[in-house]
This record gives sequence, structure tokens and C-alpha cells, in this order.
Amino acid sequence: METWDTKPSFIRSDLPLIDCDIHNRVPSLGTLYPYLPDFWVEYCSTSGFGGPEMGDYPGGAPTSALLDTKPSDGPPGSDLELLREQTLDFWEADYGILNCAYWVQTVHNEYLAAALASATNDWQVEHWLDPEPRLRASLVVSSQNPLSAAQEIERMGDYPGFVQVLLPVRSLMPYGKRHYDPIFEAAVRHNLVIGIHYGGAAGIPPSPSGWFSTYLEEYAGMGQVFQAQVISLVTEGAFDRFPDLRVALIEGGFTWLPSVMWRIDKEWRGLRHNTPWIKRLPSEYMREHLRFTLQPMDTPPDPKQFLRMIGQLDSDDMLMFSTDYPHWQFDSPEEALPMGLPESLMKKILAENAREFYQL
Amino acid sequence: MKSTREKVPVIDTDIHNNLPSSESLHPYLSERWRKHQEMIGGRGHAGSAYPRGMPHAARHDAWPPSGLAPGADLAFMQEQLLDAWDFEYGILNPLMGGSGLNLEYVAAIARAINDWQVEEWTAPEPRLKASIVVPYEDGELAAEEIDRRGEDPNFVQVLLIARTDEPLGRRKYWKIYEAATRYDLPIGIHFGGVGAGPITGAGSPSYYIEDHGGMPQAFQTQVISLVCEGVFERFPTLKFVLIEGGFAWFPPLMWRLDQSWNKLKEEVPDLKKLPSEYMKEHFWLSSQPVEEPPKREYFDLLLEQLNAQERLMFATDYPHWDFDAPDRAFPTSLAPDVRRRIMADNARELYKL
Amino acid sequence: MAKHVVATVDEIPPGERKIVELEGRSLGVFNIDGEFYAVRNICPHQGAPLCEGRLTGLLESNVPGEYKYTRKGEILRCVWHGWEFDIKTGQSWWNPAQRRVRKYPVEVEDGATVASGLQKGPYTAETYSVSVDQRYVVIDMPE
Repeated sequence: METWDTKPSFIRSDLPLIDCDIHNRVPSLGTLYPYLPDFWVEYCSTSGFGGPEMGDYPGGAPTSALLDTKPSDGPPGSDLELLREQTLDFWEADYGILNCAYWVQTVHNEYLAAALASATNDWQVEHWLDPEPRLRASLVVSSQNPLSAAQEIERMGDYPGFVQVLLPVRSLMPYGKRHYDPIFEAAVRHNLVIGIHYGGAAGIPPSPSGWFSTYLEEYAGMGQVFQAQVISLVTEGAFDRFPDLRVALIEGGFTWLPSVMWRIDKEWRGLRHNTPWIKRLPSEYMREHLRFTLQPMDTPPDPKQFLRMIGQLDSDDMLMFSTDYPHWQFDSPEEALPMGLPESLMKKILAENAREFYQL
Repeated sequence: MKSTREKVPVIDTDIHNNLPSSESLHPYLSERWRKHQEMIGGRGHAGSAYPRGMPHAARHDAWPPSGLAPGADLAFMQEQLLDAWDFEYGILNPLMGGSGLNLEYVAAIARAINDWQVEEWTAPEPRLKASIVVPYEDGELAAEEIDRRGEDPNFVQVLLIARTDEPLGRRKYWKIYEAATRYDLPIGIHFGGVGAGPITGAGSPSYYIEDHGGMPQAFQTQVISLVCEGVFERFPTLKFVLIEGGFAWFPPLMWRLDQSWNKLKEEVPDLKKLPSEYMKEHFWLSSQPVEEPPKREYFDLLLEQLNAQERLMFATDYPHWDFDAPDRAFPTSLAPDVRRRIMADNARELYKL
Repeated sequence: MAKHVVATVDEIPPGERKIVELEGRSLGVFNIDGEFYAVRNICPHQGAPLCEGRLTGLLESNVPGEYKYTRKGEILRCVWHGWEFDIKTGQSWWNPAQRRVRKYPVEVEDGATVASGLQKGPYTAETYSVSVDQRYVVIDMPE
């Protein structure tokens, strides 16, 4: 991708903008050594451990990074200066929310995973949050052990700038199960959003029918894993146990959501006795508790149909602007927002929905 | 239960016939497999059981007076379904026999079920046409069964299931497509099955509502895989019918696949056109369970996006609890010509009835 | 209003039901603990014969994992899709304001009243030959 030189028309002084999905990246395992206890430094440097499994963004895939996002001395998203210039400054954003997709959940040794999570969060404070007041960040937690994840949320949840706890959408168990309650309980107590993000390597196949051959299939198919999480959170009662729980679905698309709402509402009418704690239509829980980042947009060919599809969410509150930097999601900045949005909805998507949800 | 609407012909593309007893297949099994059935029986991927909320997942009124299981009594099915609604044809999709760990046993059972279907169902009731049950986890054995029944007019499609061990685009399944192509038989992928892993990409959920309501995830997997693996470049005349998967997810998947392919097409150079074009060309969908959006205009838009008048085919899913009634299945009034196509014409053309 | 005698009291013991045809409509008559109730035998969803469905109780839950089960036998689950209706009110569980099944007033009257009523005209005995020493289930059909 060439450098973007023209700014999109929706960047205006009277239109605040919040980017809800920016990826800061741990450049290498060694980056975390200053934040790790001595034992784990020795373990990491002598055990052959190279860091968490990170197969979600193959290095050469065009989706993984825009070409000019790579700093001179590290992977895309690893340098504050460049990231600041290409996200906050370019989009004239009031805030940018960092999602550090460092999947410690894939580390089977849960003590190492917890140590890596803490180190990553301390690194985020020192290298991202403290130097740049427009940035907000997401806590990395070892959610394979919810108790240890909750401890990390206790430790860092009140540090200014953390607004979210990040979980990979691919999990060993769906997030609606009570197993994860300690995480939600701690998140609610510290007024943090739960962000469920594309990817992860839970050790089970990413589909009900096994492993895909190609990255394209896995990428497109990740929408279904999001669907499973949405259905689980609602039907297994996460929002009945935690009425203040807010969940952001990040980088999973959203055009599939109306079909899930209609289907699960229909199911619930007949199978209500299966999960009697659900007292309203499942879609009402979704509208109340869930928000979606805008990218990837999965646009239908006709822009008018896209606006009608957005209308089918039956809510103006659910979408939040995101660029998914440094991943390639649109060819020109103008395409970062659907065409032809009414002004009021544009304002909500660009900033108001995120401001309210993340309480910025 | 009278319909006030104009009466149109009806073809039901999803009816489930069931075995009267575990011994019903004995006459169709060799001594070796009869013994195996008695001694071991079918073994599958254990650990994915979700009780269905009602025995046999059946309508409460679908239990025949004979005492047999729902779907096991032809006379009662004729009375309650075929005659009551005056069906032109019904397609049988027996939900048994295709899966299991011992694939040779599965092949023997599949063969027996197909023989039993002719003997006990399609021969006595010509309005019924059957689907060929195949041991789908073994492409060669499955192809053998398709070859055995491919020219038999009692059968109109090959039956696969939504949750398989691997995504259906993978090469291990290509022998099935090769054989189906030989006889120009559509391949039905039906709701259900137990794959080699948990029933979602996020692990095993807790409740039947997640199993049943989450089934579109499995269908999306199969469509993504079949398209991206280039199956339709390899078998350009192949037709798939997605049965009991709902259909509201289909248009958003077209958009998502097109967007993803736009960025990643270099990974799959075998694909010559947009994924959505393969989807529009090679897939048909059965209607049940019809999604019920809160506003009619949403449903109308969905039908348009789906090209429903060419690709949607009515189904009841009899005798199951999520049955859709022919006169009340759709939450909107269909234009008369669209209604005729969805209720019968599309199926009549596809299945050459 | 036309009153119809649809059963003798003994014919529908507590927990049982009888499906009857009245003025071209199919109705289910239920005995819940000695009280009689009648609802239309068509589900407002897809037209299933609702009253052939399973009788169940009211399952409620304040928090996941808690199952509060009361009013056993007073909830009717539709024979097809399992929608739940309160037999006493005709209301559906999931949308009581809008989704309901038509409910009809039911009375129990002794044979003498029924017999005398028949002479006056407003009662329709259907297939019943009324005897004064029986008690009858009578449904009021609105015009």
C-alpha cells in the first residue's frame, strides 16, 4: 500500500474520532525481559521458548500489515513514534485504544503465561500509556486460568489508561461458561470492558468441522467463532450474572449479527426452558451489552444495502470506529467509514458510541 | 388447519424417516455386520451430546398410534404429512448411518439403509424420493455407494452432514464429488453431525440452544471450505443443497468471503472469480428453520439478497420439533410466482422430479 | 353469546384435557385442580394444534443455575415449537402483551340449570343429552 496523502472527508474539527482497534506489538520476547522476574528471564533464554504462538497474522500476508507501517527496527506496531503519526495524528483522533494481541493464553505453562501477561502490561504502561495521553490500552491476561487473570486485573485494573481486558476469540471453552466468572467479576469491579478479539490458538480447531487448509478460510471463518461467543455469553447467562458487563467484539465483522439475533430469538421462544434465566429476547441483551468495532466491514456490493443492513441491527449504538492498524482493511482512508451515513449515526460511530462504552 | 392462500404445489425437501427398531436393518446386513451391530454397534466421537429437549427431537404430535418412533411409520407419515398437506413430493433425509469411527461398518450400515429406504419407503410411496446415505469420512467407500445407487430413480441426492471431521473442501472428500458429478446428483449437507472436535471454534458450549442455534457456524465452515479449496473449479457442475441451516447468514458470508478474498487471493490462485459467484452458482438452500426477523422488510431484503426465487426450497423437517408449516412458514407474504418457485418449482428442477 | 355444553365434569379429571369443536373452532378444555379453562387450539405462531402439547410448569430463574419450578400443569407447551402459554390467561410466556391464544369463559353448571337453560334457548347442548343429576362443563362462545 502506498502512503495515504489525502485525508478522508469525515475528519472534521467538529467531528470527534476514537479509534477502537490499534495494535501495539511486543517486538520480541527480549523486550519483556526487563519486566520479568529473573527466573523467567533465564527460562525464556535457555528453554527454547520463543514466545506465545502467533499464527494469526502471517508475516507476508497483505492483511497483516500495510506496507509503510514497518518501523526501521521492528515489526509493524512496535514503534510509538510511527504509530502515533500514522494513527492518532493522521486520523486526528481524540483517543486510540491499543489492543496488544500478545496471546499468552496459548502458553500451556500457566505460571509463565501469567508472568508474561504482567510483563506485557508493565511494558505497555512505560512505553505506550505514560508517554502518549491520547492512548488507552487493554490488559493482557492469562485467561486460561481465570483466577490468575483476575489477579492481574486487580493489580493493574485501576492504572489510568487501561480501559479493557483483552481475550482472544478462540478459547478452549466459550466465554459464557461460569469458568470465566472471576475475569468478568474483576473487570466489572474495575469498570473495564471485556474486549474479545480476532485470533488466538486455543489448541482446538477453529471450526465445528476441524482445521481449515488455508489462511483465507481461517480468516473469513473467524466470524463463526465470534458468533459462538456471542451466543454463549447471552444464553449461558453472563449478562444475568454480571448486569454491568460490557463486551466489545473486535475485528470479527458484524454483518452476520442480524442473522444471529433472528435465529437465537427464534430458538429462545421455543427453548426458553433450557435457559430460564434469560428473561428478554436474546437480541435485547446483545444490543445492550455488546459493541462491535467497524473493521473489517464485509461490505455488500451495493452501499445502499449496507446502510439497510446497518439498520437491521435496530440500534445506532453498536458500532465503533476502528482502523485495525497496522492491518490492511481498506484501500483508502475514505473507505474506513460506510458511505452515505446520516450525520447523527456517523457521529455515533466515529466517537460517541465508544466514548460512552469505554467511558472516555 | 386450512390455508386461506391460493393453493400451490408443495415439495418438502427435508423429511426424516426413522428405523422402526434396531433390528430393522438385519435383513439388509451381511452376517458379519449383523454380528458387529449386535456386539458393538455404532461408535462415534463421544462427548458432544446435547439432549434435545424432546425425545427424538420430535414434534409432540408426531408419535404414531402404532407406538413406533416419530418418522418410523410410513402410514402415519402419509396421513399426518403427505396427505394432510397434499405434497407433490417429499425428499427423505435419514439422519443415521453416515457417521462413525469404524468406516467399514458405517459403509455396511449406509448400504443397508439405502436398501431399506427403497424397500420400505420409496417403493410403497412414490411421492417419496430418497437421499443416498454414504460413509462420508471415507471418500472411496462413499463413492462406491454412490456408484451403486447413482442411476436408481428412487434416489435424488447424496447426503452429507454439517459437522464433519474436516472441512468438506479438503481433498479427502473429493471422491464423493467426483462420483456425484458422474450421476449429476446434488449433494445435500444436512444439519447435525459430530465433528472430530468441539461443536464450536470456541469449545463446547453448555446448552442445546447453543448446539441447535449455533448450527449455522458449521454450514458457514463448509461453504467457506468448498469455495476456497477450489472444489467448483475442479467439479464445475457440482450442486450443493444446504438443508436445515437457515439462510440469513448466507448473504453476509458472501460479503465477508469476497472482502477476505480481495486481500488474500494470491493464496488461492485456483479461484477464478469472486467467492460469492461460486456461492450463487453452486448452492441451494432449504427454508427451514425460517429466520423470523422483527420486521417484514428485513425478511424481504433477505429474500432478495439470497436470490430466493431461484435458490430457496421449502422444507418442513418433519417429524422434528422445529417443523415449519407449509402455509405459515414465512413471516411475510410472498409474491405468487416467488411462492410457487420456493414451494415446489426450484426443488422440482433441481431434483429433476 | 351461545353457551355450549362440552363435557361432563367427570369426563375431564384434574390434569386432563378434552379437545372439542365449537362453531367450527377447535378448543382445548383443561381441568387444573378442579377449575376448567378453555383456549383456542391454534398456536398464534404457525397454526399448530396447540392444545395437543405437553403440560408443564412455570420455570423461572433469577440467576443462572437456579431453577424455580412452580404451577405444575398450568403451562401448555405448543406441540411443535414449544412456545409456552399460561392456560389460565392464554398469554405466551415470552411476549404476554402481544402473543396470546384466545381464551374462552368456562363455567361448571349442574344439570338442572343446563336443562332449564336449554328450554329457554341460550344453551346449546351439542351432543349431550343433559340429565339433572350430572354436572357439566359449559363454554360461553362470544358472538
